[in-house]
Amino acid sequence: MGKYILKRIGYMILTLFIIATATFFLMKLMPGSPYANQAKMTTEQIKIMDQQYGLNKPIVQQYWIYMIGLLHGDFGTSFQFNNQPVSYLIASRIGPSMQIGLQAIILGTGLGILLGAIAAIRKNTWVDTVATFFAIIGRSIPNFVFAVILQFFLAFKLGLFPIALWDGFSSSILPTIALAMAPLATTARFMRTEMVDVLNSDYIELARAKGNSPWQTVAKHALRNSLIPVVTIIGPMAVDLMVGSMVVENIFSIPGIGEQFVKSITTNDYPTIMGLTILYSTMLVVVILIVDILYGLIDPRIRLSGSEAQN
Amino acid sequence: MERILDVQHLKVNFATFAGQVQAIRDVSFHLNKGETLAIVGESGSGKSVTVRSIMGLLANNAHIDDGIINFKNQDILKMTPHEIENLRGNDISMIFQDPMTSLDPTMPIGKQVAEPLLIHGKATKKAALKRAEEVLELVGITNAKNRLKDYPHQFSGGQRQRIVIAMAIVNDPEILIADEPTTALDVTIQAQIIDLMKELQHKIDTSIIFITHDLGVVAGIADRVAVMYAGKIVEFGTVDEIFYDPRHPYTWGLLNSMPTLKTDAERLYAIPGTPPNLLNPPIGDAFAPRNPYAMAVDYEAMPPFFKVTATHYAATWLLHPDAPKVTPPTAIQQRKAEYRALLAEQQDQHNTTIDEKIGDDLDD
Repeated sequence: MGKYILKRIGYMILTLFIIATATFFLMKLMPGSPYANQAKMTTEQIKIMDQQYGLNKPIVQQYWIYMIGLLHGDFGTSFQFNNQPVSYLIASRIGPSMQIGLQAIILGTGLGILLGAIAAIRKNTWVDTVATFFAIIGRSIPNFVFAVILQFFLAFKLGLFPIALWDGFSSSILPTIALAMAPLATTARFMRTEMVDVLNSDYIELARAKGNSPWQTVAKHALRNSLIPVVTIIGPMAVDLMVGSMVVENIFSIPGIGEQFVKSITTNDYPTIMGLTILYSTMLVVVILIVDILYGLIDPRIRLSGSEAQN
Repeated sequence: MERILDVQHLKVNFATFAGQVQAIRDVSFHLNKGETLAIVGESGSGKSVTVRSIMGLLANNAHIDDGIINFKNQDILKMTPHEIENLRGNDISMIFQDPMTSLDPTMPIGKQVAEPLLIHGKATKKAALKRAEEVLELVGITNAKNRLKDYPHQFSGGQRQRIVIAMAIVNDPEILIADEPTTALDVTIQAQIIDLMKELQHKIDTSIIFITHDLGVVAGIADRVAVMYAGKIVEFGTVDEIFYDPRHPYTWGLLNSMPTLKTDAERLYAIPGTPPNLLNPPIGDAFAPRNPYAMAVDYEAMPPFFKVTATHYAATWLLHPDAPKVTPPTAIQQRKAEYRALLAEQQDQHNTTIDEKIGDDLDD
């Protein structure tokens, strides 16, 4: 298992290197410059600025300098905020984003699994219909629409939650719910399909033949087997959350990293774009690795191939 | 002999889009304590539905319309779901057809075998695993102690069926139902599993209902045989009576389509035609359209059971006193002749032993 993880980490580093390289060159292809008021600047001033930030050097050389810096853990300095290192910028803003993202994925997948399982057990009853209805709504309405609806009714009209400020857990509830809708719906649909399949399998009948009650059968045999394919979709859903969170963070004025990402792109803040891309990519590959390890824990057949890789 | 299970006039219907399928049409049989009863018949004859009714494991669209299933003088059909759960895997347990899909792929086999003990509160976790190990050894899983933590995919098909059998016998059930336990296995493994079942008959004190469509398997394992066709039992008797003195034309057909060492024909016999549609079962003998010996009455009225011996009954109008005498197929006649010879031989041996005994007594 240890060797397997090491191997996977090696691939992760390679993946990140490719992503960093591609992003660097794509970013340079973007129109515009990092200077907000370039029109008012003289050629002389631009030259001085370019020199200061090293933008006058050939692109390949700029790339080389950046990558060397990266190897030393230096993400560069943000253009937007004078003299603020990108690493500091990220560190100060990642907290709220991580909190909301994690809460949303836990709430979404957890409730989704529960809802899907109940829908499968009560297949073709009103419970199933209601669950399906919510799943379709959750899947088809974008999270920022939920965000606005929640904000309007629960925060503005009823005043139950803060409207748009960042002040601990209570202000994280609405954005978490808005973000959790999509993963909830996807997980619920997936879980229902899998569970219906599993409940029709021979080993479930055998579990019943052993004297398990219907609920015991679900808890001991059906749940775990239904989870195997569900776990695989959690990875892509985590990506959805990271990308989707930008807009939702904006709506609730959360000083998160998503908001920063959008700003850095519109202002051609190269070091910040690079830093955040690498951060997001790292989070993504780590999530995928965790999902793969989780997959092995749930399904012993996968675990075996893991230990074979070790031999 | 004590009857451990008594099924009377069981009727099971399945609600389908096309209408009510009459899967079981008035089936009665009993199981004596300690014996092995084989239920044979082709696919769709209602064998599995019969035993699933006993287990209370019928599909949702099935409905038991009539009948009594007495287990130790208690009607299973009148029990609450909870009472049936207490019976399942405890007093009555079942071996399933396909070992490749019958085991939970994500649970170690030791835990799976120990599960019935834990559900029914028969043992602590530790004791249950110990017992699981014993039973796994009994069914022929070598080195069972070190394999308790292994998962189903780490075993071969034959081994998996042994594990399924271990699960069924771990609680010392009164009745063991084996639903075509060898159908999904290849021939050499089939023989091993049959040998194991025979071995278990001696080692554990359990009454067995053995369902199969393979008459070859029946001969070696059963005490009594019930032949099913189109949701009804058409003939039942001791294994010798069914194999050597069958009376129902369907049983003749079944026996004729089984190859023996003496079969020298180019083609193996097959019963012509297909079973009737149980959406609208025929009013008369369901086998009549495929029966070369069918009479007019077979199409008009359902034959009752006619007594052949105290243990042997067959539902065919051919046994009616007014029916014309027909000669069964030659192969069946040969079987009868062989059997008579066998009986005579046994009788001789019996007589000699008695003679010897008398001789011994005289010597004293």
